[in-house]
Amino acid sequence: MTPFRKVLLIVVLTLFAGYISLPREIPVKFNLGRYVVDYKFLRQDLHIERDKLSISKNFDLVLGLDLAGGSHLVFEADTSGIEQDKKGTAIESLRDVMEKRVNLFGISEPNVLISSFEGRDRVIVELPGVKDTKTAIGIVGQTAQLMFAEVGSEEEPGIIPTDLTGSDLKSADVVFDQTTGKPAVSIEFTSEGAEKFARLTEKNVGKVLPILLDNQVVSAPVVQDKITQGQAQITGDFGIDEAKNLAIQLNAGALPVKVELVEQRTVGATLGAESVEKSVTAGLIGLGMVLLFMIAAYGKFGVIANIALIIFGILTLSLYKLIPVVLTLPGIAGFLLSVGMAVDSNILIFERFKEEKKRHDFANALEVSFGRAWDSIRDANIATLVATFVLANPLDLNFLHTSGPVRGFAITLGLGIAISLFTGVVVSRNLLRVLVKNKPIITNEHQ
Amino acid sequence: MDWMRYKLIYFVFSAVMIGLGLSGLIAWGLPLGVDFQGGTIIEYKFETDISTEELTNNLKSEGVPVSVIQSTGPQTYLIKLPLVDEEQKLKIASVSARLISGDLEEITTPSADTVETLVGVEELRFETVGPSIGPELVKKTIYAIVIAAGAIMLWVAYQFKSIKFGTSAILAMFHDSFILIGAFSFLGHFMGAEVDFLFVTALLTTLSFSVHDTIVVYDRIRESQKDYSDNMYDLANKAVTETMVRSLNNSFTIMFMLVALMLLGGTTVKWFAVALFIGTILGTYSSPFVAVPLLVTWDSFFGRLGGIKERAFSSKIVKRIKRS
Repeated sequence: MTPFRKVLLIVVLTLFAGYISLPREIPVKFNLGRYVVDYKFLRQDLHIERDKLSISKNFDLVLGLDLAGGSHLVFEADTSGIEQDKKGTAIESLRDVMEKRVNLFGISEPNVLISSFEGRDRVIVELPGVKDTKTAIGIVGQTAQLMFAEVGSEEEPGIIPTDLTGSDLKSADVVFDQTTGKPAVSIEFTSEGAEKFARLTEKNVGKVLPILLDNQVVSAPVVQDKITQGQAQITGDFGIDEAKNLAIQLNAGALPVKVELVEQRTVGATLGAESVEKSVTAGLIGLGMVLLFMIAAYGKFGVIANIALIIFGILTLSLYKLIPVVLTLPGIAGFLLSVGMAVDSNILIFERFKEEKKRHDFANALEVSFGRAWDSIRDANIATLVATFVLANPLDLNFLHTSGPVRGFAITLGLGIAISLFTGVVVSRNLLRVLVKNKPIITNEHQ
Repeated sequence: MDWMRYKLIYFVFSAVMIGLGLSGLIAWGLPLGVDFQGGTIIEYKFETDISTEELTNNLKSEGVPVSVIQSTGPQTYLIKLPLVDEEQKLKIASVSARLISGDLEEITTPSADTVETLVGVEELRFETVGPSIGPELVKKTIYAIVIAAGAIMLWVAYQFKSIKFGTSAILAMFHDSFILIGAFSFLGHFMGAEVDFLFVTALLTTLSFSVHDTIVVYDRIRESQKDYSDNMYDLANKAVTETMVRSLNNSFTIMFMLVALMLLGGTTVKWFAVALFIGTILGTYSSPFVAVPLLVTWDSFFGRLGGIKERAFSSKIVKRIKRS
């Protein structure tokens, strides 16, 4: 392929990436004499549907909790009473129940992950855009073990738990008590549960049948008659929200182990938006300084490096959207740092060129510089990529950082370095080849 | 230029920096933030500006164990305190709301169910970290450093066919990270900086950045080795001269981005950018003035003992790496 064609390819690639990088809506407003232009430019998402083929891709930036606002909760499971070989399944079902509860609570795109490290088992719950964290913590973190009990005889007073528990439930719903009008939770048993319930009610006609939630009596109805339909009602001292939350917990099931909240990070949407705004300003000013510096230091070559740098920015942004990379505040810092590092390849090459110019003519010196500098660029960047690889921990190794900030930073920095290898070497080299008039005589082994 | 003539000066300078860092760490320790120590951070935006002193006093008289209240911007305040629960959080918000409205009469129990319903107070951020998180963070960081440093050392040793390159690069890398840690004991003591999750990230980035720069210099040594003499002293001088402008220029572009972040990026990333900034300067300095002098010293030391022995030693290791 001739350099000219390669440049053409790069231009096409950049235009494509540039389109993806655009925000969803761009208001266009200007006055042209008598013509007033005022419309909104809309960027479309990818949506292809043809027979069996269906591709759908959303080109929006995915913002992390610290930028979009939301809650990051870490629950630690008390697995002390569980045998070693059953721990894994217990934690997995814990995650599943928590995820179910979050979904039932009506939060869009929650993230529920297991994080275990040296005998400590944790579940991380990420809730985007949640304002009422207190309720969310209550719903997710409460064990919610429902239990039906009998009252002991006069000789042996007290509450005797039965084998009818929350796991015998089919569903739970919020209803309003017909006599008092207060909110209550109606429950429906599975067929097995219904049998148990029938036996239990038959045995206890005329007696109290306490219903316990996490070993606390929530309601103690008196059994009037044997109940065979497999339905019951919990009428505690509930408000409407409490009833709703209990229904959610019962529908999702009880947590298999007790959990404790050990970490909470909640960021309001205002602060997140402010952070985005500040980072963008800082990024633009920093970028401006880099661009000016490159022109001041390398003149025309600096312009080429700057074009490559802008292409770098566009490609990186579009890749964030395509992969997609969840962008956090440290992630943005990683991106900005990679902008500063992206021109490194060009600086290496241009400094090399100053030396090679003494020995070769212009075009040849250029080729030799790119070839020779490549060794340094490759070796140095691989070392940095190794470090970002360990930090980003893509294999999800338990003994390394598995959480947000460190990872977010490493992913954007690593991605930035990888892309800068392409833009700093391939893009700027071909741009220079096209712009240099006289063709090189010697060709280099590193193409 | 004969850079290596002043080897001793560089070593003394590094020793002084390390000594300073060490004394700072002994005197004040590291300013550990909530990520390491556990505790709570709340950031509020109030309707009007308040006096932090008055808020501290009001909260303290209510039995809330406040440690620090800082103003972080117009009408925004950061409150640091030990681990608190939801109830105490609500109390803090209520006390603040009363202070803003000027109604100081009846500060008793929380006046509302959630912070959202309080007038004049907006909760920007709420972070609470239990005591078990910190030790885990330290352990994970140590693992990450050991793995990253080991992998980088193997890569450098393999690329340069000699263990002395790898070792010198790693020593320079630890030199940089140690001085960075020491610098933060000073920044913590005098300017209120804190060591958190992000500092760990900056530390690890400094590691990789330091090696990145060192490799560029090593690469010139390796390249000249083929064409010119085999005298490490001369090779080192030549390589440092050839890479000096590049090193400086590259650091400048990175520092431009970091200065912009430091000044405009907001409070959350300010100290992170400062840590990266110090790391960048250290990484740039340590390549020609620590890693290369170490290499030259090592070479002359083993050269006196007999170059053959050393070469046999390093080639054996390289072979072993290749096999594995």
